[in-house]
Amino acid sequence: MTWANEMRLRCAAQTRGSRGLDWLTSVNRMRRWRATLSASLSAGLLSGCDLVVLHPFGAVAAQQGRLIVVSTVLMLLIVLPVLGLTFLFAWRYRASNPDATYKPDWDHSTALELVIWTAPLLIIIALGAVTWINTHTLDPYRALRKIDATHAVAAGTKPLVVEVVALDWKWLFIYPDQGIASVNELAAPVDVPIDFKITSSSVMNSFFIPALAGQIYAMPGMQTELHAVINHPGAYEGFSANYSGAGFSGMHFKFHGMSGDDFKRWVAAVQNGGGALDNDAYLELARPSERDPVRRFSSVSADLYAAILNQCVPAAPVTTAKVAANGPRPSC
Amino acid sequence: MLDQTRLSALLLGRLGWDAIPLHEPILLGTFIGVACGGLCILAAITYFHAWGTLWRDWITSIDHKRIGIMYVVLGLVMLLRGFSDAIMMRAQQAMAFGDSRGFLPPHHYDQVFTAHGVIMIFFVAMPLVTGLMNFVVPLQIGARDVAFPFLNNFSFWMTAVGAILVMMSLFVGEFARTGWLAYPPLSGIAFSPDVGVDYYIWSLQIAGVGTLLSGINLIATIVKMRAPGMTLMKMPIFTWTALCTNVLIVAAFPVLTAVLALLSLDRYAGTNFFTNELGGNAMMYVNLIWIWGHPEVYILILPAFGVFSEIVSTFCGKRLFGYASMVYATVVITILSYLVWLHHFFTMGSGASVNSFFGITTMIISIPTGAKIFNWLFTMYHGRIRFELPMMWTVGFMFTFTIGGMTGVLLAVPPADFALHNSLFLVAHFHNVIIGGVLFGMLAGINYWFPKAFGFKLDAFWGKCSFWFWLIGFWFAFAPLYVLGLMGITRRLSHFDDPSLQIWFVIAAFGAALIFLGIACFIIQLVVSIRRRDQLRDTTGDPWDGRTLEWSTSSPPPVYNFAFTPIVHDNDTWADMKKNHYAPPEQGFIAIHMPANTGAGFVIAMLGAAFGFAMIWHMWLPAVAAFVALLVAVIVHTFNYERDYHLSADEVTRIEHLRTARLTANV
Repeated sequence: MTWANEMRLRCAAQTRGSRGLDWLTSVNRMRRWRATLSASLSAGLLSGCDLVVLHPFGAVAAQQGRLIVVSTVLMLLIVLPVLGLTFLFAWRYRASNPDATYKPDWDHSTALELVIWTAPLLIIIALGAVTWINTHTLDPYRALRKIDATHAVAAGTKPLVVEVVALDWKWLFIYPDQGIASVNELAAPVDVPIDFKITSSSVMNSFFIPALAGQIYAMPGMQTELHAVINHPGAYEGFSANYSGAGFSGMHFKFHGMSGDDFKRWVAAVQNGGGALDNDAYLELARPSERDPVRRFSSVSADLYAAILNQCVPAAPVTTAKVAANGPRPSC
Repeated sequence: MLDQTRLSALLLGRLGWDAIPLHEPILLGTFIGVACGGLCILAAITYFHAWGTLWRDWITSIDHKRIGIMYVVLGLVMLLRGFSDAIMMRAQQAMAFGDSRGFLPPHHYDQVFTAHGVIMIFFVAMPLVTGLMNFVVPLQIGARDVAFPFLNNFSFWMTAVGAILVMMSLFVGEFARTGWLAYPPLSGIAFSPDVGVDYYIWSLQIAGVGTLLSGINLIATIVKMRAPGMTLMKMPIFTWTALCTNVLIVAAFPVLTAVLALLSLDRYAGTNFFTNELGGNAMMYVNLIWIWGHPEVYILILPAFGVFSEIVSTFCGKRLFGYASMVYATVVITILSYLVWLHHFFTMGSGASVNSFFGITTMIISIPTGAKIFNWLFTMYHGRIRFELPMMWTVGFMFTFTIGGMTGVLLAVPPADFALHNSLFLVAHFHNVIIGGVLFGMLAGINYWFPKAFGFKLDAFWGKCSFWFWLIGFWFAFAPLYVLGLMGITRRLSHFDDPSLQIWFVIAAFGAALIFLGIACFIIQLVVSIRRRDQLRDTTGDPWDGRTLEWSTSSPPPVYNFAFTPIVHDNDTWADMKKNHYAPPEQGFIAIHMPANTGAGFVIAMLGAAFGFAMIWHMWLPAVAAFVALLVAVIVHTFNYERDYHLSADEVTRIEHLRTARLTANV
């Protein structure tokens, strides 16, 4: 192991050290090391420990990161020769070089034109195939088949369902099966598929936890879905990736990957503390506010999420007088 | 009393003294600066008695060359505004970490990034592209002017009015805080009740009319007014790209007009096209705006490709390699650009098959684009390359744009886009292709055709300084953003919690400072060149050993461009004429039928500005008055029968003999 690689490994270990220790099995270590190596190859001299998109901690994001590397390598097959030829021709055929051939009327070569159209075509066929397959396997609406590169989802596994609501400017997470809710804090057990249902109360946002999986828009009156799994305990950044107004910059939260037992303890703690989230509490919560602290709710009205999704929670959260003048919406 | 209040509401709408941002020190300082600068310019015009010249030779001019130059000037002036916004964003993002909130509160910062995007696309890139096309295309096809000279003047002033409205928003009211495409529901009346989005809508609507009309004009010009012998497959590549771009404009801009009209109805008339309630659907807006928006980026890049094709061929002293495949590549890109719009929102929840389709169509565009790059490469092969300024920009483009194209194809892979969408990686990508492609192309084009427009070359030393600062500055400014994108950092943030990111933003800000030097050197280049114009003078009309028709006439060309319409036998007409020892005719001149100047375009456009401003502020009475006045002005213009004149044979003879004298004096 070279010095640089060792430093990188230590760097990665440092980052992860705070995120629990059970990842440090030798198998995982080897896998991590290889992933770090490949990422560092693609990222050149950059410190490998920051590029969360290229080596994340959830299986979906990991496949997306690998796809970025594979696609880039495929394209470099043609981009590098182009850059090399540009430099070569610019130097070789400079006017001050008396040795270079000069053919002012040479403007066509069928063989060469065949090459310049087919070479990119072949790359795009390969990349197109990769795209078609991966877009389907990594479709955020599709339930997970595997929880990581090697393990299939066990038959009968019940996914964790989380209903996500983008509010101005904070995130509400409702756990219908646990009957709890939290603001600006998301927790999930490792290696258990998570089934996110996502909507927004007012304007468009995008729900994104880079370490877990790619993003998907959160839109008012509509529901999007995301299936993902976190494979390593730790605290990860989550945020809105679509500009949504004045409080947008502060609209982030921590996503905690936990062992199964820790998650149970977390749920129990939420169930035992915090208030109830009913329509009134929701309307209060939905008022625009910035950089909200974490809040927890020990109970949630059963039909609250459906009401939010259908824009039907009595009285609109943010309206001008004009919209309010329209009165209660007919669908409610 | 009550009536008086209602009357003042009808007259002034929402406009009050509170609309003037006296409490914003940055804006106040800017305003004082702009006001002083403006007064100096007005004083200078008065001092040099230039008002008459300004009105007769420029504002009312229907000469495509002067209108082209005015477009380029508009684009360069607005570049300074758009770049000021860029510097403010880079400074804010380099400062606002942890406890520091930087110097721009979100209210201001969000206007800055919205204005930056709108200005750079609509009022920098578009005027530069349209300006070059206006100036070059009629000369390249051997025409006397465009098909509809008055319409051309009107189009320019409508574009200028759009820019004026955006600039007014700086000092009267505010600009949109929505991002440059103003997605609803955020841009709807419920979440943006202020005038910002209305400034956005009306400036784009008015400028859009200008763009659409200029598109129609240039298509008609290229299709109907080519010199005899110039078949479609003998047209210079720049004219080909201009034709494709204008077809795109005519097909795409009405979509923008329609979608902004629907948004206006939502905001003004209480309809529910894109609201959250009553069946409104914001996803429709996102689709429609990108059905315009994606062709728009090809509207910008195709003419840049055309510029590079002309330059490579000229400075390699060689015919363009693969002319036919270049034409087909351009046409294929034109068609495909309509089949990819969904790649701007893979993350909106379309199914995997839809996403794959649009991802793969996007990748397919890279095949003709790649073919173009190879064609330029093999034009250099066996060439004799003179590294003058335009050629330097071209090689800089080939290095930069190839990387930008690669990251673009990467973003076209939907699962990769899920991770990189809206990130700083995306920001780096589109600046990589818009700066590295469009802007480098426009600067190459300005350096290339400047001697044609003014009769002297631009200074090479300051031009080289500008080039290197731009090129190196670009990579310093945007390479860090690629890295930050891979760290999962999203765009449009005005504050960061993680202090370890700061170093990357500081590097990016350093890059922006280098670009600032690049722009400064460009301005110095202009000033130095004007001062040294006698040393830089070109009397031949053909300073670069050019290959297309525009180099066959004098620099600057006479008002009628060509005393005799040239006859075309070859793709590289002028190179062919030179090979056959062409000599300019010295006798037999006849009177030339020319279009006459008119102030109608300027007047109608200014009434359009008044109408737009009144609509923005809900000043209903002035809005109605301005609209009626506008209609009257249009009708009055139709009764103007003094639209043309004949330049006498004697005058043509005098101009041509002057040129012959200058040519022989320098042999």
